[in-house]
Amino acid sequence: MAPRVVAIIAGLALALLTLGPVAAVLARANGLAALGAGDYQAIRFTLWQAFLSAGTSVLLAVPLARALARQNFRGRGLLISLLGAPFILPVIVAILGLLAVFGQSGILNQLLGAIGLPKLDVYGLHGVVLAHVFFNLPLATRMLLQAWLAIPDERFRLAASLGLGRWAYFIVLEWPLVVRILPGAFAIIFVICLTSFAVALTLGGGPRATTVELAIYQAMRFDFDLGRAAALGLVQLALGLGAGVAALRVSLGQGFGIGRGRVVPRWDSRGRKALDTLVILAAAAFLLVPLGMVILRGLPGLPMLSGGTLQAALHSIGVALVSTALCLLWALPLATRRGELLSLCAISVSSLVLGTGLFLMLRPFVNPFVMALPVTALVNALMALPFALRILRPEAEALTQDFGRLRATLRMTPLAWFRLVYLPRLRRPLGFAAGLTAALAMGDLGVIALFADPDRTTLPLQVYRLMGSYQMKEAAGAALLLLMLSFALFWIFDRGGRANATS
Amino acid sequence: MLRLENASIAMDDRFLNARFDLQPGARVAVLGPSGAGKSTLLDAIAGFRPLASGAVHWNKSDMSSEPPSARPVSILFQDGNLFPHLDLRRNLGLALRPDGGRLSSAQTDRLIGALGQVGLGGMENRKPGTLSGGQQSRAALARVLLQARPILLLDEPFAALGPAMKTEMLELVKDVAGRLGALTLMVTHDPKDARAFAEQVVLVADGNALPPVETQSILDNPPKALRAYLGAED
Repeated sequence: MAPRVVAIIAGLALALLTLGPVAAVLARANGLAALGAGDYQAIRFTLWQAFLSAGTSVLLAVPLARALARQNFRGRGLLISLLGAPFILPVIVAILGLLAVFGQSGILNQLLGAIGLPKLDVYGLHGVVLAHVFFNLPLATRMLLQAWLAIPDERFRLAASLGLGRWAYFIVLEWPLVVRILPGAFAIIFVICLTSFAVALTLGGGPRATTVELAIYQAMRFDFDLGRAAALGLVQLALGLGAGVAALRVSLGQGFGIGRGRVVPRWDSRGRKALDTLVILAAAAFLLVPLGMVILRGLPGLPMLSGGTLQAALHSIGVALVSTALCLLWALPLATRRGELLSLCAISVSSLVLGTGLFLMLRPFVNPFVMALPVTALVNALMALPFALRILRPEAEALTQDFGRLRATLRMTPLAWFRLVYLPRLRRPLGFAAGLTAALAMGDLGVIALFADPDRTTLPLQVYRLMGSYQMKEAAGAALLLLMLSFALFWIFDRGGRANATS
Repeated sequence: MLRLENASIAMDDRFLNARFDLQPGARVAVLGPSGAGKSTLLDAIAGFRPLASGAVHWNKSDMSSEPPSARPVSILFQDGNLFPHLDLRRNLGLALRPDGGRLSSAQTDRLIGALGQVGLGGMENRKPGTLSGGQQSRAALARVLLQARPILLLDEPFAALGPAMKTEMLELVKDVAGRLGALTLMVTHDPKDARAFAEQVVLVADGNALPPVETQSILDNPPKALRAYLGAED
């Protein structure tokens, strides 16, 4: 049974590469003795900002999803598609966009200044929450919207024929939905925000706004206190596992939300048009103006890009391609239920914890900084694997369901099955998964920050460094380049999966 | 000879029992109400469903524990008999080269010949999606010709075809089975199919697959279980 052997090898490699670094962290941590007062503050801040971010995201998602569900307008489909974009948007790019709107000299402060009001300061807790809402409001909205669109037509018709008032309508149709979806959405976003590193790195910082992930980074890079870094890794691991298990329990059976095409014919949309329009416009502005600013400010910066930035871009493309290849090599044999469960272990281990572990493992043998790019590629492949499997598994299982018996009566060899049926039939989901992985790896600003030296940097880190040295024009240009490369990689892979795809 | 020796097959909530012999080359209809276990019987012979007890023999060798791919059986399912993304040459070629390799020129000739025998001459480069339902069935039967196995199982593969097309396909199955000299079992719930196609009928009802009876006599003098199923008909 050759395929079985391949799957077992892939599973073992996955377990080894996640549990190995975890073991290294556990061995080095020496309990929590190394933690200081600042670290406990970081733990409190991590939990508090994740709570605020998740809460704000899901609360704002309710009116937005409702407006999108019951109003039909030109560009609705496009807007709903765009809600998927933050998923592959590099964090550092979004940060630059948000700074252009909410930052010190951003649009908002210019407006406030013009009418004589005091300026807002985006750095700190509210900046971190703002960025998290920017990323996760669309996610929550898509999850809600999908559930909203899944309500059978008949119920809306029944409600209309009963002539339900607004309150009755809310209680009968909408409230049960909100109660069903929101806890899961909250939990997933809470987990995502727990592992927030790049947002805290750029908008947080200081003793009052440091997440555990950021503290790990600081312990390693600035204090070179590996014991403390490992202890913090232990804390992050416990947080991630605890919240991850909780999220899994409340969000069972939920997708990531794909609702798109149909507009339910509804009889409650009249009389709410003004309110809904306002909500949709506000949300669109919140999501699109920062992106527009990235493009607007980036264009003049593009010709100024230095050799170092272009070198970093090449590194990033290489990292993204290797990550994608690794992730798919893992995903193909593991596209089963068991494989998906296994990969969830990987997602509950944050990328900085993995990075710390790998650093500790590599250090006795090589200079870890030399390994910056390979480690980044590996960690990103691990981080993308659960998403890839979530995309691939249903289709792989359907394939076995549809053609497994035919395969047996034809006595097809495993290789013939893989080459002639498995790969060609999975082309579309493979392309989509590859696109997501490549874009995520392209934009990742996490483990690379732990390992990087000036010679081995990726484009997201380069953007961050340019910002740090106040070369804002080149930073804007580099961010635009990063945005274009991420979306281009996604588009090329996704497109490659669709091209010539005959039924 | 196909021998079901005190075979007991687990179904959802009960067992299907079978104990009879079928002669090589015979054409047999498997008849009975839906849910009685007609497909279950075929699955057990093909190896897709394990026996709870008993054995299945072919020519005195016990194949009960063989996987489906090792059994001397070709089978046509209700649907999904062809890979939709492969052309007919590839689809049929898998019967001759299960490793997906290139066919020799002699094999290619056989393949083209088989397509001709089912009336699909010159269609080897077409994909299943560009063929009618009847043509798809024909292509699948051409593959059965190439597989050339002594037992042929048909699990209502023509259920979606119109009556005229179905009659045509039954004739073609007769022809294919005759060429191969294969024992052919066809699941159907239409006694007319049984009359048109089969020399013998295996009745599946009330948890039993009964020994084969000559088609003419069982349909002219239906036993109680069959009468209940046929109702006013016949």
